[in-house]
Amino acid sequence: MLTIENLHARVGEREILKGLNLHLPQGEVHAIMGPNGSGKSTLAQVLAGREDYVVTAGRVSFGGQDLLALAPEERARAGIFLAFQYPIEIPGVNNAYLLKAALNAQRQARGETAVDAFEFMKLIKKKMELVNAPKDFLNRSVNQGFSGGEKKRNEILQMLLLEPRLAVLDETDSGLDVDALKVVAHGVNSLRSPDRSMLLVTHYERLLELIVPDRVHVLAGGRIIRSGGPELARELDARGYDWIATEATA
Amino acid sequence: MATDSEQLADLVQRKYRHGFVTDIEQDTVPPGLNEDVIRLISSKKGEPEFLTEWRLKAYRHWLTLEEPTWAHVRYSPIDYQAISYYSAPKAPANAPKSLDEVDPKLLETYDKLGIPLHERARLAGVAVDAVFDSVSVATTFKDKLAAAGVIFCSFSDAVKSHPELVRRYLGTVVPYRDNFFATLNSAVFTDGSFVYIPKGVRCPMELSTYFRINAAKTGQFERTLIVADEGSHVSYLEGCTAPMRDENQLHAAVVELVALDNASIKYATVQNWYPGDEQGRGGIYNFVTKRGECRGANSKISWTQVETGSAITWKYPSCVLRGENSVGEFYSVAVANNYQQADTGTKMIHIGRNTRSTIVSKGISAGHGQNAYRGLVKMLPTAHGARNHTQCDSLLLGADCGAHTFPYIESRNPSARVEHEATTSKISADQLFYCRQRGLSEEDAVNMIVNGFCREVFKELPMEFAVEAQNLLNVSLEGAVG
Repeated sequence: MLTIENLHARVGEREILKGLNLHLPQGEVHAIMGPNGSGKSTLAQVLAGREDYVVTAGRVSFGGQDLLALAPEERARAGIFLAFQYPIEIPGVNNAYLLKAALNAQRQARGETAVDAFEFMKLIKKKMELVNAPKDFLNRSVNQGFSGGEKKRNEILQMLLLEPRLAVLDETDSGLDVDALKVVAHGVNSLRSPDRSMLLVTHYERLLELIVPDRVHVLAGGRIIRSGGPELARELDARGYDWIATEATA
Repeated sequence: MATDSEQLADLVQRKYRHGFVTDIEQDTVPPGLNEDVIRLISSKKGEPEFLTEWRLKAYRHWLTLEEPTWAHVRYSPIDYQAISYYSAPKAPANAPKSLDEVDPKLLETYDKLGIPLHERARLAGVAVDAVFDSVSVATTFKDKLAAAGVIFCSFSDAVKSHPELVRRYLGTVVPYRDNFFATLNSAVFTDGSFVYIPKGVRCPMELSTYFRINAAKTGQFERTLIVADEGSHVSYLEGCTAPMRDENQLHAAVVELVALDNASIKYATVQNWYPGDEQGRGGIYNFVTKRGECRGANSKISWTQVETGSAITWKYPSCVLRGENSVGEFYSVAVANNYQQADTGTKMIHIGRNTRSTIVSKGISAGHGQNAYRGLVKMLPTAHGARNHTQCDSLLLGADCGAHTFPYIESRNPSARVEHEATTSKISADQLFYCRQRGLSEEDAVNMIVNGFCREVFKELPMEFAVEAQNLLNVSLEGAVG
């Protein structure tokens, strides 16, 4: 589904990704772990097409398509969803309006008919239950005045509605207490399916106890330096990152 | 942020949609202004003596005035002798008595503008007065309104059929000596709308006037007077468009509103005069004086304006809050794109006890547009317990535009409370990226964010016009962000 080869990317003058390789097959959930500043969020932003991140070398293929040639909205319509680490506030725009506009933009790109307000409400209500979203969620301005936990739940709600082919979750666990983490994990797990892939970018192992990945990759210095099964995450939790970095350079 | 001038320049600008010219025979007086021209206008309209005299007094006063220069706008001097002060479509002998007698070309013009004048048509439930250059060409639903006791007609008709009402209220809110442009208007105004809502009547439908400038080298000087008698209620909307022309055209209107005890007037404007082209050539100079007086206790006047057109906008719809507990409101969205300049805002003059006013101003600047909010909140010594809240937000799209805020506050009553909040922001790259990541095109994302910014104002518009205002805003800003 997603194949990244020798990816180099920089922000400003600073090179952050330095030859990253990754293969994420359809239906699998992979975790990207790594110390602060290793390039995890950069990878998420590059996949989504953020313009401030300049790809200087390498290739990314998504379902056979050259991902890097697509604009952010084209990537979204092709099925890539990024759950933001810091969800953005849009004053005056009601949450339901954004959700419906996004859903319909994607449906239309796929040649499907737009949903009307009634269909939308039916659809969204079911998804809201999954993430314990309060009723007024829809009528509030996008992320404005949302608590940290609400913002993250709102990201998951959007993901549930848009049903992406590839979901990239950028530190969705950060800033969540245990209960909120469970709600978010429940939402994510409900979306796991054989035709959907997920990439969990995270700092901590605790998320991966609730969403058990098929593979775990360690990103350091802009490259994947080790890959393994879910047990790798536990090992990292116990031993930290330094030992791998040392082994990798040895 | 993807809005540098390079990318801006690349963008396709959608053309102004209302820029066509109607080819119709017009009766236009030669350019120039003197007492004879004023007498000619007055006699063409068959006006009573008092009005002719009023015009002449205004003209003589105007000669003593200097054009104001305090607004944050720039334009070449206007040659007032080069303007024609009266232009009307030639009508067969007498003015049309019903829509069937109106020149089909005129009806077609309004159809093209999306304002069908046939009463069966789309705007059912909204009565329309259509003003074409200097004259009103049609007013719909007159009979139905008359049954409710509402008078809604062209100003010229009102002068003939209700001279006592005109005489009683004309110039009582905006006196002919008020300011340079209002004084000019008082001398040469040609038509406009007149509304009178009798005591205790809730006007059964939305009233609206649609202004159209067609002829070249003319000015449009309309005058609107709305009187809401005790306990009455009316909601009124005006719309404006003009053809695309390379030269600038002057539009200097006056609107006077009077609300008596317990009456309320809601006045909404969707102003889309031709704004000029991308280089700033042509466009309407929109120099307008609008003022309402809450003369009675518990009365209310609410202004809502969506200003997307005009090369230059200079207007400050204001409220004089004389009656106790009266309420003034001003909700505004003003857009300045390309080389448009807007200097707009309001004045809230608190005279009565416990008067309240609310100001919500949303300024959007794009391209090389310059947008200024100018507002005055004045609490007189008699305004015990008066309150004002002002919120003034500016949104910048791109790096070459400007937003300016000039709030003036004068409080001469210690019990009065005045609050002012102001913000200036840009559409952030983060917001755009967020929306695009969800699958929205950049243009749709900008529209959505801008509409969100304007939401507090749009919700004040009548439903069907709120949708139009949103679309208009989207068109006005098309191509403003890359």
